[in-house]
Amino acid sequence: MSDLYHVSSSPHVRTQDTTGRMMIYVILALLPASGFGIYNFGVRALVLMLVTIASCVASEWIFNKIVHKKQTINDLSAVVTGLLLALNLPVTLPIWQAVLGGAFAIIIVKCIFGGLGQNFMNPALGARCFLLIAFAANMTNFATDAYSGPTPLAAMRGGETVNSMNMLLGFTSGTIGETSVIAILVGAIFMILMGIIDLRIPASYILSFVIFILLFGGHGADWDYVTAQLCGGGLMLGAFFMATDYVTSPITPVGQIVFGICCGVLTGIFRCFGANAEGVSFAIILSNLLTPMIEKYTVPRAFGVVKEKVKEGGK
Amino acid sequence: MNSNLERIYNGIIKENPVLVLMLGMCPTLAVTSSAMNGLGMGLSTTIVLVFANLLVSAFRKVIPDGVRMPAYIVIVASLVTIVEFLMKAYTPSLTDSLGVYIPLIVVNCIILGRAESYASKSPVVPSIFDGVGMGLGFTIGLTMIGLIREILGAGQIFGVQVLSLEWFTPITIFVMAPGAFLVMAFLVAGMNVVREKMEKKGTPLAEPAGCVTGGCGGCSHECSCGEEESSVKKNEEGDSNL
Repeated sequence: MSDLYHVSSSPHVRTQDTTGRMMIYVILALLPASGFGIYNFGVRALVLMLVTIASCVASEWIFNKIVHKKQTINDLSAVVTGLLLALNLPVTLPIWQAVLGGAFAIIIVKCIFGGLGQNFMNPALGARCFLLIAFAANMTNFATDAYSGPTPLAAMRGGETVNSMNMLLGFTSGTIGETSVIAILVGAIFMILMGIIDLRIPASYILSFVIFILLFGGHGADWDYVTAQLCGGGLMLGAFFMATDYVTSPITPVGQIVFGICCGVLTGIFRCFGANAEGVSFAIILSNLLTPMIEKYTVPRAFGVVKEKVKEGGK
Repeated sequence: MNSNLERIYNGIIKENPVLVLMLGMCPTLAVTSSAMNGLGMGLSTTIVLVFANLLVSAFRKVIPDGVRMPAYIVIVASLVTIVEFLMKAYTPSLTDSLGVYIPLIVVNCIILGRAESYASKSPVVPSIFDGVGMGLGFTIGLTMIGLIREILGAGQIFGVQVLSLEWFTPITIFVMAPGAFLVMAFLVAGMNVVREKMEKKGTPLAEPAGCVTGGCGGCSHECSCGEEESSVKKNEEGDSNL
């Protein structure tokens, strides 16, 4: 039978994109940041990445085995979660804590809620926040052989000046994947060009954060300070790789902008007024929780549907 | 099965207030940061529950329907005050760690719930056993949550260090609020598995009636005794007063 006569219900246009393929693109996009992390922090960074990836994949495999579900490890989402988690950990973290983080991300944040597509918050960030609360001392220990000082954000909080150029390139202390803005941007541009993410969430996130810092940062229009805030901490990694997670961000265009603004404002609040110097991960998972509500109120008008007028005259 | 033993079994397994009925969540989540706290909270609630059931059941024919809620509150509040003073006198450190949650036993759903749905309609002896069963169920639930949180979050059991801090880093999230929710959720899931298995074996377990609607007092009227609908309605009116 010719393809011309193929009759089926919609969708009629199909692409070759599968979840697995998308995940491969994301992994490719994360490679520059991961590579720089290994270069910057040494082999232990690579070990941590492999450990979290293995932990995530193994957790998903075991969970699916136990509850007799179809194996879903082939969609590679567990690999992405593991890699993102590793990029969000300090290089000194004990291995068993990284394993625990991977298991938490997959089993508690993702699988228990129904697997990929059902998780209510970004698994990698959920696990990072779990580890941050559970092992506060280990998770904020950024002292390595190469860097002994505080992270740039913590230094700025202490009133010191920081070298923005080093922060842009990534030669600072911090978590494995967050230090190099350039490497993250390379990956982000790749994802934007491949159509994996669009700019709405990252742009509104970063813009609203800049505006918040200008208004409430306490430094006025000090652009050095703003640049350092932008390049420091997990903001770039979060804005491009975490906040744009399909499952936990709104699908409506307006909703995505609202979501980005939520992330930006919350990050600003946490950084300016919070107890810690960094607040990106908490800001994003809190915004994740708002996603269903944002989607509810930003449903676009369907083509041809006239908006129902509210009945006048009360009652 | 002996009906009194049945009440105890009912309280511990079938309608465990913590793991099945989800009653009294406030102390359950708040004070279970250690096994000792859980046990102390559970036992003090049990004492109040037993005596509240006894008194409510004994006075059930005297208390007018219209003011039964205030009457129950008076009974429960008096008992809680006695327990609180006793605890202050004999277990001061436990009193300190339980804090405001001891006086709050007055408004614990389980106590008013049992008074309303069981003790107010049953003779004294079964009511006492109902109180013992429910209280033990509560105590077991709280102590289990406390045990797990304490061992994961501090490496201790009843305050004794069992996991050496030399190699064990306490997962401190478990002694904080999120840990309570996590442990609670896993225990409820485990309890559901147990109940499912028991049902398959042929032990019929009635679903708790009140939980679906979120009512407190009406939770167990389905299983406790066959009441007419009017009393069910009464229960629901009572809930709004809680």
